[in-house]
Amino acid sequence: MQQIKKSKNLTLAGNMSAKVSSSFAKFIYKRIAVGLLMMIGITFVAFAVTQVVPGDPAAVNLGQSAMSNPEIVARWRAEYGLDKPVPEQYMRYISKVLQGDLGISQHSRRPVSEDLAEYFPATIEIALVAIIFSIIIGFSLGILSAMTRDRLPDQLIRVLSLTGVSMPTFWTSLVVFYIFFFKLGWFPGTGRLDPGGDEPTHLTGLYTIDALVHGQFSIAWIALKHLALPAIVLATYTIGVLTRFTRASVLEILGNDYVRSARAKGLPEWLVIKRHVLRPALLSIITVAGVAFGGLLSGSVLVENVFSWPGLGQYAFKSAIALDLPGIMGVSIVVAGVFIIMNLIVDFLYRIIDPNLRSE
Amino acid sequence: MKMKISKGSPWRQPLALVGISILAFWIILAIFAPLIAPFDPLAQDSDALMNPNHLHWLGTDSVGRDIFSRIIYGARISLPLAILLVFLSIIVGSIIGGLAGYFGGWIDSTLMRFADIVLAFPGIILAMAVSAALGPQLRNAVLAVVLVAWPTYARLVRSLILSSKDSDYVTASRLLGSSTRRTLLVDLRPNISGSVLVLGALEAGNGLLLLSGLSFLGLGAQPPSAEWGAMVSAGANNFEKWWIGIFPGIAILTAVLAFNFIGDTLRDALDPRTAKALRN
Repeated sequence: MQQIKKSKNLTLAGNMSAKVSSSFAKFIYKRIAVGLLMMIGITFVAFAVTQVVPGDPAAVNLGQSAMSNPEIVARWRAEYGLDKPVPEQYMRYISKVLQGDLGISQHSRRPVSEDLAEYFPATIEIALVAIIFSIIIGFSLGILSAMTRDRLPDQLIRVLSLTGVSMPTFWTSLVVFYIFFFKLGWFPGTGRLDPGGDEPTHLTGLYTIDALVHGQFSIAWIALKHLALPAIVLATYTIGVLTRFTRASVLEILGNDYVRSARAKGLPEWLVIKRHVLRPALLSIITVAGVAFGGLLSGSVLVENVFSWPGLGQYAFKSAIALDLPGIMGVSIVVAGVFIIMNLIVDFLYRIIDPNLRSE
Repeated sequence: MKMKISKGSPWRQPLALVGISILAFWIILAIFAPLIAPFDPLAQDSDALMNPNHLHWLGTDSVGRDIFSRIIYGARISLPLAILLVFLSIIVGSIIGGLAGYFGGWIDSTLMRFADIVLAFPGIILAMAVSAALGPQLRNAVLAVVLVAWPTYARLVRSLILSSKDSDYVTASRLLGSSTRRTLLVDLRPNISGSVLVLGALEAGNGLLLLSGLSFLGLGAQPPSAEWGAMVSAGANNFEKWWIGIFPGIAILTAVLAFNFIGDTLRDALDPRTAKALRN
C-alpha cells in the first residue's frame, strides 16, 4: 500500500508540473531530470546510511584472527577504499556508479554489477508473474465489488482484500510451502529449477521465456511450476490493493455524466459497462500496477527467503547480514531505479491518456 | 480529537467492531499474560517438538518451550511496539510536514524532496540495511521502521496544513498576536489530528508487518525473545513441524487485520476530502 501511495504522490507532482510546462517534450525532459535527481538522492541516502552506522564491515567480513592483525585490516580497508575521508568515498562511489561500476561485493568477492545481473532476472520473473496474477484477480474482484456496492459480494470482497494486505508474506510462504509442497506434493520445492536440473539456454535470464524461445518445453514447464507458489504469495498484497483501487475507480466513473447520458439514450447496460466503464478503469489500474511492480521487487525479499529463490531479495539479505555496503547500495539503486522509471512511464501514460492534462 | 463524521458512528460498523474485538482480545492477553499463560514462555522444561496436545495446546518448539504461552507473551512485545512505531512516525512526520507546510519556500522544497527520496527507496531494504548496520536487535528494528514510515505522515500533515493555514480563524488568531508555535499547536493541530490518527490506524498494520518481517529475517528481535516474527522464523527452520511457525503467524495476521479493519472503517467515515488525501 505504501509503495502505491508514494507513486500516486509522485504522479500528482508530475501532473502538476505538466500543467506548468506547455509542450510534451518539455514535460518529458523535466520528469527525466527529476528522476535523475531522485537517483542521485537515492545514492546519497544509501551512502549516508552506511556511513552513519557504527557497524564495522571489516569486523564482519574478516575473521577474529585476521582482525587482530592490524596489517591485514588496513590492507582490507584500503582495498575497498574505506581508509579515505567520507566525502571522497562518496565522490569515488558516485563517479564509479555513473560508469556502471557498483564496486566489489564483500561477501561474494565479485563485482556487484555482475552479481546483480545474475540475481535480477529471477526477481523480475517472479514479480512479472505476480503482477499478472494481481491485475487479473484484482481487476475482476474490484469490478464485481463495485457492481454489487454495499451488498453481500462487495462486503465479502472488502474483507478478502483487507485480509490480503494483512497477511505477513513470510508466513503465507511457509503455509503455502507446507501444504502444496510438503503435504500434497503438487508443486516442487525451493529454487528456480529441480535440483540438478538443466538450465535453459541463456537469453534473458527469465527461465520460462528462455526455455520457450529455445523450444525446451520440459524445462519451461519445470520453471513455471517452481514460479507458481512464490508468485502467488507475492501477489496477495497487490491483489488486495488493486481490488480496492479498481472498486474506487469504477464507482467514480459510474458517477460521471457521460455514463448517465449513455444510459439515458437507451444503451444496454452491458454495453455501457464495457464501453464507458471497463476501458477507463482498465487504463487506470494498469498505471497503478506499473508502480506496484516496483514495490513487488523489494517486497519479494521475504518470499525469496522462504523459497530460497536466488533473486535480489536473497542478495540484499545476504549483503545486510554481512554488512556488505556495496551489495546493499547496489540492490537499493537498482530497485529504486526501476521504481523511478516505472513512475516516469506511468506519468507519461497518464499524460497521453488523459486529454485534460494534454490540452492544458 | 475532532473527526468529521458523515454517517453514524464508525465505531458501530461491523468491520470496526470485529477489529476492536480482536484488538481487545490481544490487549487482555498481553496485560494478563502471567495469569493466562499456562507455562513460562522461556522455560525449556517440556519435551521438544511436541504436537499440539491437551497440555500444550499449540505444541512445543525445538527446545521444548510452550508455543501457546510464547504467543501470549508475544502480544506484550508486538502490540506496544506497533503503537510506539505509529507514535514515533507521527511525531517525526508531523514536525517535518508541519514545518514544510507552514513555512513553504525553500524549507518546504528541501524537506519534501528529502521525503520523496526516502519514499522512492525500497522500504524493506532500507530497513534491513539500517537494522543490520545498527546491530540486529528489536530497538534498532523499530528505529529502522520509523525511518521508512515517517514520510507518509509528513505528506499528509503538510497537505492538511496547506489547506487550512489561510483560514479566517488562523489569520484572526495571528492578528491577535499568536506566535508561530501557538498557531501550529493550538490552532492548526486539532484540525489535522483526526486525519493523522486515521492514517496511524491504517499504517499500524503495515508497521507491524515490516517489524515482524525484520525479526523473521533475524534483523530484529533475537532469541530467546517470544516476538511473533522471530517465532515464525523458528518454524521456517523446522517446517515439517507445522505448528511452530503457523500459530505465531496467525497472531500477526489477526493483529494486523484488526488495525486494518479499524483504519479502513474510520477512513470511510471521514469526510470525502480528507479521505481522498489519505488515499493518495
